[in-house]
Amino acid sequence: MATVETNLAPHAHVEEHEHHEPDSFWRKYIFSEDHKTIAKQYLISGIFWSIIGISMSVIFRLQLGFPDMELGFLKPILRGWINESNKLDPNFYLALVTMHGTIMVFFVLTAGLSGTFSNFLIPLQVGARDMASGFLNMLSYWFFFVASVLMFASLFLETGPAGGGWVIYPPLSALPQAHISSELGMTLWLASMALFIVSQLLGGINYITTVINLRTRGMSFSKLPLTIWAFFLTAVLGLISFPVLLSAALLLIFDRSFGTSFYLSEIYINGEALPNVGGSPILFQHLFWFLGHPEVYIVMLPALGITSEIIATNARKPIFGYRAMIASMMGIAFLAFIVWAHHMFVTGMNPFLGSIFMFLTLIIAVPSAVKAFNYITTLWRGNIRFTPGMLFSIGLVSFFISGGVTGLILGNSALDIQLHDTYFVVAHFHLVMGASSAFGLLAGVYHWFPKMFGRLMNEKLGYVHFWMTFIGIYCVFFPMHYIGIAGFPRRYYAFTSYDFTKNIFADMNSFISIAAIITFSAQFLFLFNFVYSLFRGKRSPQNPWKSNTLEWTAPINPGHGNWVGEIPAVYRWPYDYSKPGAKDDFIPQNVPYSQTPESNLPHENELIGLEKEIEAQNLNDQFKQPH
Amino acid sequence: MIYIVGLLAVIFLAMAAVVVSRMAAVVRNVGGTEDGDDSSYTGISNKINGAMFMVFLILGGIAATWSFMHSTQYFLPEASSPHGRRTDELFWISMAIVTFSAVLTNVILFYFSYRYQARKGYKAAYYPENHKLELIWTVVPAVVMAVMVFTGWRAWRDIMSEAPQGAQEIEIVGKQFNWIVRYPGVDDNKLGNYNYKLTDNNNEVGIDYSDEKAFDDFTSTTEMHIPVGKPIALKIRARDVLHSVFIPHMRVKMDAVPGMPTRFWFTADKTTEQMKNELNNQDFTYEIACTEVCGRGHFSMRVRLIVEDEDSWKKWCAEQKPLLTSFPEYASRIPANLKAKAAKYLPADAAAPSDSTTASTQQGGAAASVSLR
Ligand code: HEM
Ligand SMILES: [Cu+2]
Ligand SMILES: [Cu+2]
Repeated sequence: MATVETNLAPHAHVEEHEHHEPDSFWRKYIFSEDHKTIAKQYLISGIFWSIIGISMSVIFRLQLGFPDMELGFLKPILRGWINESNKLDPNFYLALVTMHGTIMVFFVLTAGLSGTFSNFLIPLQVGARDMASGFLNMLSYWFFFVASVLMFASLFLETGPAGGGWVIYPPLSALPQAHISSELGMTLWLASMALFIVSQLLGGINYITTVINLRTRGMSFSKLPLTIWAFFLTAVLGLISFPVLLSAALLLIFDRSFGTSFYLSEIYINGEALPNVGGSPILFQHLFWFLGHPEVYIVMLPALGITSEIIATNARKPIFGYRAMIASMMGIAFLAFIVWAHHMFVTGMNPFLGSIFMFLTLIIAVPSAVKAFNYITTLWRGNIRFTPGMLFSIGLVSFFISGGVTGLILGNSALDIQLHDTYFVVAHFHLVMGASSAFGLLAGVYHWFPKMFGRLMNEKLGYVHFWMTFIGIYCVFFPMHYIGIAGFPRRYYAFTSYDFTKNIFADMNSFISIAAIITFSAQFLFLFNFVYSLFRGKRSPQNPWKSNTLEWTAPINPGHGNWVGEIPAVYRWPYDYSKPGAKDDFIPQNVPYSQTPESNLPHENELIGLEKEIEAQNLNDQFKQPH
Repeated sequence: MIYIVGLLAVIFLAMAAVVVSRMAAVVRNVGGTEDGDDSSYTGISNKINGAMFMVFLILGGIAATWSFMHSTQYFLPEASSPHGRRTDELFWISMAIVTFSAVLTNVILFYFSYRYQARKGYKAAYYPENHKLELIWTVVPAVVMAVMVFTGWRAWRDIMSEAPQGAQEIEIVGKQFNWIVRYPGVDDNKLGNYNYKLTDNNNEVGIDYSDEKAFDDFTSTTEMHIPVGKPIALKIRARDVLHSVFIPHMRVKMDAVPGMPTRFWFTADKTTEQMKNELNNQDFTYEIACTEVCGRGHFSMRVRLIVEDEDSWKKWCAEQKPLLTSFPEYASRIPANLKAKAAKYLPADAAAPSDSTTASTQQGGAAASVSLR
């Protein structure tokens, strides 16, 4: 496995470890326990799902933007869902919206983003051979895979996939007689999500344990890159909130199949009064949003962590306010659990509770604002290299701001009365969560592609991809604010039934749809670039971005175990960029202060004495533990 | 419209093509020189990207301003309820504050990106923290938000308060896929009890005729009439799945939840006629929509809302027939001691109908709307 350069660690006495190297094709690429392979599996799955998820949005955007369009050409794919007059079936419209939301939020931006980068970066950046449990990690992916298969299968059902919105509120989702999609499609949705949650929990436990137990010598929490902080807190969020969704889903399964009444009460449907009494649909909403709100941060935090790392590296400056960044992430992670009911202001929930949740919600805006300011200040007086990763990170900050500020409006319960469930909400969350985290994902791929595959992606294509996507996304979601202010409700198949929506914004809706199609097409540039660079990309040097974090000290194509020989020790924080006095504009984490007297700050000179201690620390090397 | 769209598409594509060709040219022209230089990123690509941020900022700013001005004509007109005007005002103030902050921060973000792009021989500043600065930008947003929340909270508290004495009660019930409005009747002006098990095809909201308050209740599925200037207390229910009452012009929205009645009170202070004149649109009508996804017909659960002066409202109410009068067979559900009181709503010859009629009504209910889901 020692194919390329040895690492930079000072104590590189190469010692081939006799570890059971998984050699067969199956163990190496399919049922692999290597975190890097699992990360790639997550990445490929995420890309696959994003193509499906975004294609769905393009189909329903066709319906919204061009209500008179003949959709006969989609018949080969959608078959019965295009009716005799070549129109999209309204039931299927709802199914598309639902699957789009579910896929984008859970499969792309939770599994695809956090799954890829937590897996890939945690061991590499904390200096570990692998995850705490490679086996659980493998299980985590395969649970996700089975969940994916079930969800995918549900697309081909006669009765269609789930269709009550990604929030699947009962009773609509509980009663097959209420909607065609609440038949087998909903069953598969629930089964798939249950497996997905198991996958998330297995993954989360692993991330947390690895960060806590397997940091290399000297890697104290105060020296962790912000990416790791973000993945760590994300995993904590997921570990606490996903089980609640699991119970919500289980109770819904009971209501659907075993005649219980957790969410059902006093229902008369299809000429029949159901016997269920005493349940509460609101209970489901509380349970759902107890996950649902943290979920938006589960999606956001990894993207923000990735951005912190990429912005600092490419501005050649320390991230501004490292401690404030950690504090605000902790603040967000904590507050994320006590704001869920801001999604429920007008559900008939006690208005006093609404007041409480309004105050809590607006508090969470403060740490978010701090993060944005810190990113901007990091750019100030930097020496910015616009790598594609950097461009996407700057784009992320812009979306995070533009989408975030409208959260202050929606979090204000009095204003939410009018705006709830209108396109204003769609605009808000797509910018702040959808587009931002998608940009985090893309930024991460561009930035760590060399570490994943040993080759560089084409930068020029990356630039074109960025500008088309960045402009396109603003063109898609910015005008949705206007449509929302005009009162257009979301999840509407058509806007022809009401005077207040009829005949207005038709051209705006067409514009949005065209912008969406162009934005979608631009992603094929990325796909092409990805596949092309995989095989034909320029070979990457060991540390292409001149970055400080540990993963760039590993060989270009790290084998199982990541470092050849000993794992490097860590002596400094990861953001020593452009340090005055230093000859280079970066000093990797594994360079001891004793080697950089010219750039040490006074208090850092005192740390030189501790270096011996760090080196003497337990190696914490998984491969050297007695099995 | 199709032309505008086509035009936009062409412009967009042209823009994309220009970008692509530019980039291709850049690749060709400077590919050689840049290769040696690309780790310092001071080449032309970096300059283009930096400049693009400024271009984006300026063009984006113009596009945003223009599109906003163009769109205001389609925004809902000023609210027709006092609480709505209050939230409208708060909305636009908050919107001004957040737009200002978003624009400011975006401008700084893009300007810094442009201004501090990599230059040859330049080294970035080592500037890891500044507690004073951090304190300022934690406290300032916190204070601004506190003010916004406080004003919002006061409005919320007032809007969600108990309906004032003398408010007119009206019930609105959501079902797949229309709203049913029930009035308390002209005689007692009190809504009678209901029980979902009594629902059938004619008694759509499950009125319970063992309660005498129910005798004069009447329903409507196409129109809701309300008096101007009088507080209206909506009592909101759902029959099957979640729905949500949305009266855009009144800034009213509240979910309808099966098994959990909800409410919302408001006062309409402009009649439909007034609005017609104000908007110069003789076809204007207030509308009620559904904003909680409820199935296939979610996008078309329209009910017209007619706001009129109290006299014509009373007149309209008096013209409506109590449900009991339309379907005298329900008289069989009236307990013996109340039969006398109900007599006035029943046709003179209506003896208590046989049970079989009732049964057939329910049958009818069972058969209906199965195909609609
Ligand atoms: C080109 C990209 C995208 C387009 C054009 C798009 C468009 C839309 C539109 C128009 C809706 C509302 C449909 C309706 O209410 O009838 C919607 C819903 C939604 N989208 Fe997207 N979207 C895109 C990408 C994303 C991404 C990246 C995410 C990830 C967070 C996302 C998450 C959602 C969610 C959660 C919903 C709500 C689904 C529901 O109502 O149940 N979308 N999308
Ligand atoms: Cu939330
Ligand atoms: Cu609805």
